[in-house]
Formats: sequence, C-alpha cells, structure tokens
Amino acid sequence: MSWSVHLPALMLAVPLFGAFSTPIVALGGRRARMIWSVLISSVLLVLSFCLLQYVATEGTAVYVMGGKAWNLTLPSGMAYPVRIILEVDSFNSFIAVIGCFASLAGVLFGLRFLDRFSGKIWYSALYFLLTAGMLGLILTGDLFNFFVFLEIASVSSFGLIAYWRDRPESIEASFKYMLVSQIAAMMVLLAIGFLYGRYNLLNMAAVGKVIQFGLAEKVALVFMITALAMKCGAFPMHMWMPDAYAEAPASVTVLLVVVSQASLVGLCRIVFSVFGSAIVGDVVPWALITLGMMSMFFGVSMAVVQHEVKRLMGYHSVSQVGYMLMAFGVGLLAMGDPRQMADFGMTSMKGGIFHMVNYVTYKGLLFLVAGALYYVTGTRDLDKMGGLAKRMPFTTFMFVIAAAAISGIPPFNGFVSKLLIYESSFAVHPALSVVALVTSILTLASFVKVFQTAFLGPEKKEFSKVKEVPASMVLGMAVLTVVILGLSLFPTWVVSHLVEPAATALVDKGAYIGAVLGGGI
Amino acid sequence: MANLPFVVVGLLFLMGLIAIIAENNLFKIAIGVGVMESAANMFLVVLGYRLKGDIPVKFLPGPVDVYVLPTPQALTLTAIVIALATSALMLSLIVMLYRHYGTLDVREIRRLRG
Repeated sequence: MSWSVHLPALMLAVPLFGAFSTPIVALGGRRARMIWSVLISSVLLVLSFCLLQYVATEGTAVYVMGGKAWNLTLPSGMAYPVRIILEVDSFNSFIAVIGCFASLAGVLFGLRFLDRFSGKIWYSALYFLLTAGMLGLILTGDLFNFFVFLEIASVSSFGLIAYWRDRPESIEASFKYMLVSQIAAMMVLLAIGFLYGRYNLLNMAAVGKVIQFGLAEKVALVFMITALAMKCGAFPMHMWMPDAYAEAPASVTVLLVVVSQASLVGLCRIVFSVFGSAIVGDVVPWALITLGMMSMFFGVSMAVVQHEVKRLMGYHSVSQVGYMLMAFGVGLLAMGDPRQMADFGMTSMKGGIFHMVNYVTYKGLLFLVAGALYYVTGTRDLDKMGGLAKRMPFTTFMFVIAAAAISGIPPFNGFVSKLLIYESSFAVHPALSVVALVTSILTLASFVKVFQTAFLGPEKKEFSKVKEVPASMVLGMAVLTVVILGLSLFPTWVVSHLVEPAATALVDKGAYIGAVLGGGI
Repeated sequence: MANLPFVVVGLLFLMGLIAIIAENNLFKIAIGVGVMESAANMFLVVLGYRLKGDIPVKFLPGPVDVYVLPTPQALTLTAIVIALATSALMLSLIVMLYRHYGTLDVREIRRLRG
C-alpha cells in the first residue's frame, strides 16, 4: 500500500493546514509568509497532478474519512455507506488540477498586488480556506459534506470580497453575494433533506443506485438546480457576479471563478451521477439549455456596454457559464438514447467539460490582467486608460492570448471547446448554435474594445511613468498563460487523454456507483 | 396531523424568503435569513423523528422497537454552527454598511448598478 491512496484526503488537508498555519508562520515576517504561501500552493499543485495520474492508472479513487481503513466503504456488513466518502474520478481530478493552477496563480499575483494594504495575514488564511472549500466541493462524494464545503467556500469568499473594507462598494458586493449564497445554501440543505427523508442515505453513489423519479426527488432536483445555478451565476440570479468579481481583489477573483465552476461540478454530479438516467422527460435538459441560452445572450449584451474593465469581464463570466449549462443540457437531452449519445451527446459533454477548464484558465488570466492594469493606473475605468501596450509588454502579450482564447479565435483552446459545443447543439436545434455564435462574436467585439482603449491609442500624460508590473505578478499571470498555451498547442492530446475520460466518467453512472458500493445494496 | 410540522416548516421558509425579498431594512433581511435557516434545520429534525421512537441506545429506553436515527440531528448541529458563523459575519457587514452609507435602507445602498 503506497502513500498515494491518501491523495484525496491530502488535497483537503494541505490547504486547511495552510490556512491555519499561515498566521503562525507570518510571525516570522513578511518574507516567511510569502514563501510559505507559495510553498503550500505549489505542493497542492503537485499533489493534484499525482491524483490525476493515480486516477488515470488505478481508476476511480475512493477515500473513507474516519474509517478503520481508507477503502472500507461498507463497514462491518452494513448495507449502505455511513461515513463521509471522497470520490475522485477522471472528471473531478481534471477540474481539481485546473483549480490548483488558478490557486497558485492567485497566490503569486497577490504577493505584490496587495503589498500596499494591511490585513495580509488574514487574507492568506482565508485564501487557503477558500481553496480548501473549492477542492472539497469538487472532490466530495457525500451530499451533506457538499453542503459543508459550499458554506466553507461561501463564508471565506464573503470575507475576501470585502477585503478593501474601507470601500463601500466592496461591502455592498459582499453583502449581496452573502444573501444570494445563503438562500442557495438553504435550498441545497432542503434538497438534501428531501433525498435523505426518502432514502435514509447521504452518499451520492448510494442515493444514485436506488433513486426513483418521484415527487420528493423532483422537488429536490428543482431545489438543487436552482441553488447551484444561482451559485454559478446563471441568468436570472446573475447580478451578484459582476459586483463580487469587480470588487474583490484580482487575486481573489481568480479563485472565485474556480469556486463558481466548483458549484457547476456539483450540479453535474447531482444531475448526471446521482439522477442520471432516472430523469424522465425533456423538462430538465430543456430547462438547463434555456438557462444557458439566456445567460449567454443577456450576459454578453450587458458586457458590451460596460466601461469598467472588471465589471465587463464579470458580465462575460455570466455568458461563459451559459455555454457550459447549454452543453450539459444537450448532453442530458441525448442521455436516454444511445444513438443520439454517440451522435452528439458525448461531443456536447466533452465540449462542456473542456470549456469549463478553458474558462477557468482564460477568465482567471483576464481578471489578473485587469488587476495589473488597476495596479499601475489606479483606475478600473476604461475611458481613463490608454496607450499602455508600450509600457507593459508582458501584460499586453498575455491579455492578447486570453482575449483570443475567450473569443474563440482558432488555434486557441477556447476555439476547440466552442466548436465542440456548436457542433453538438446544432444537432438539437440550429437556433442554439446561432445564439452561441452571436455571443462569441459579441465577446470578440467587447474584447477588441478593451484592447483598443486600454492598450492602444495615444499615450496618456498621467501614465508616462508607468512601468511593467513586478515580477511576481507577471509570474502569476504566466502560470495561467502557460496552461492556456499548453491546452491550445496540443488540443488532440488533451481532448483524447483528459477531456474524453472525464466526459465518460461523468455520464457513466454505473461506474461511479460501483466504485463505492461494489456489489452492495 | 402527522404532516403538520412540515406545513409549519414550509410556512417558515416562505416567510423568511418573503422577508428577504420584500423588506427594506437590513436587519429585517438578516432576520429573514435567520428564519430560513431555522426552517431548514427544523425540517431536518422533523424528518428524522419517528412517531413513538426513542433514543438509539439499546439499554436505556426500555421496551421500544422504534429507534430514531441520530444522523439528522448531527446534520442539524453542523448546520446550526454554520448558520451562527454566517449570521455573525452578516451582522458585522451590516454594521460596516451602516458606517459607510449612514443608512439601513437597502433602497439607498446601491452604488453598484449597471
């Protein structure tokens, strides 16, 4: 038995240890705190790669918390699992790796970005707590544990959004986010209650094994989808997203992007692994597709008119989440029919998962670029910026890559995932891909506007002394740029070795259940 | 009559939600969130109780054959602790909002628009 069986637990233990040890290490001075936080997040990244490797070779990893042995899912002849179980398959291990990349980028960027402000010790502690919550959301295999990690992630992000507590806007954004996520969390708790009352089970795999599609389950599913769509910023409840993303420090926004994707991972788990083929009828998939289409269109149309660079990107997040919701809706629509599944369902799932990963990388990078602009100019208003390309060559270069990726311009990774989504949604109805294409064009238009106003044009007098941002901030942005370029240069390899196993693991409900229960129940 | 507790839970949850949407005072909104949290906790407790059931310790309660599974109570305890943390944070945010804006009326706290 090698140490690698404990990887799922280590993925949670390391950031939690980081969160509570940082204030102690920080007694050793500013330098010690910086080195410590980079060390923790680098170790986390290495661990996530080990986990990806472990899952790829050994199959789904299951870890029982607090049991006599790490793999004792059904202790002493019990018919169902009673302990908290982490379950990691190709899908969540892949997302976890990207989450760890984003976390490392945020840590590196935050080192100098927040140097001028106080309260950095608590910032670092909350940052790692948020990372732990995010990874817990992604890796857990237990419904109630999911709720607990949702709240850990929410509570730490309230604190981080309100980091600049002398600014009224940040407190307001934090309060708004708090209301939305508390309502969402209570809905999740009610849904868990409905499922528990019906089956006496909290383990996702065990619930998935016995689930029927009765009234209580329908109510639970509606509560879950509503709550998690709120948390990932889908259309009717998206208004917290631009506020929170714009007002949080840029290094935190990167992590908030990942947390919203972690909620989406939870949504996929509930819809595909717990309910899956038990969902009868076309209502649920069409609801997801409609939510997705509305988020895409309204998000981007609000983004085009923005003048503040981080709010503009925040509205783009709404429209990007729409792509994934639509892709998963199309995948769910095809689920009942094996022929449709082979025709376009799998393509759609692959597109959705790949877009999720791409979104985290390029959106994170865009927010970091916005943070860099704010760092040197002291403003987020696009109308006041201009001619920064000559002054900040590295930042400009990375902005161009991220903007090309989000607009879906060919060799970049955003193009590949968008193409997969267009292809598959066209098979359902041409209107879906038309909306997606129009959204893509408007995205390109608004990022051309940002590039034009902030980086090109005549140099402004007040920015004549502006220099490139410090090295650690460039390094933070470079981490995500390297990931984007890696995903862009080897699309075939990435799709066949990372995305396809992830999509297969997500739609294969039987394998997810079998990993925990074996022959039980 | 066995469903009466669930009706109460439903009413409480709706009352909390309506308070969050309709009230304008920040403290009343915070109370609404608290009512919603209590409703969810009560739901779990009510769900876990079996009529004429007793505590699941074999040698204590005497001759009963219905035991109450302790899992929902454990869930409720966790949820109460989480609710405590969020309520404290919410109240402190309200204090800071009052310091910045000088009002508790949500209609006047809206600098983030458009």
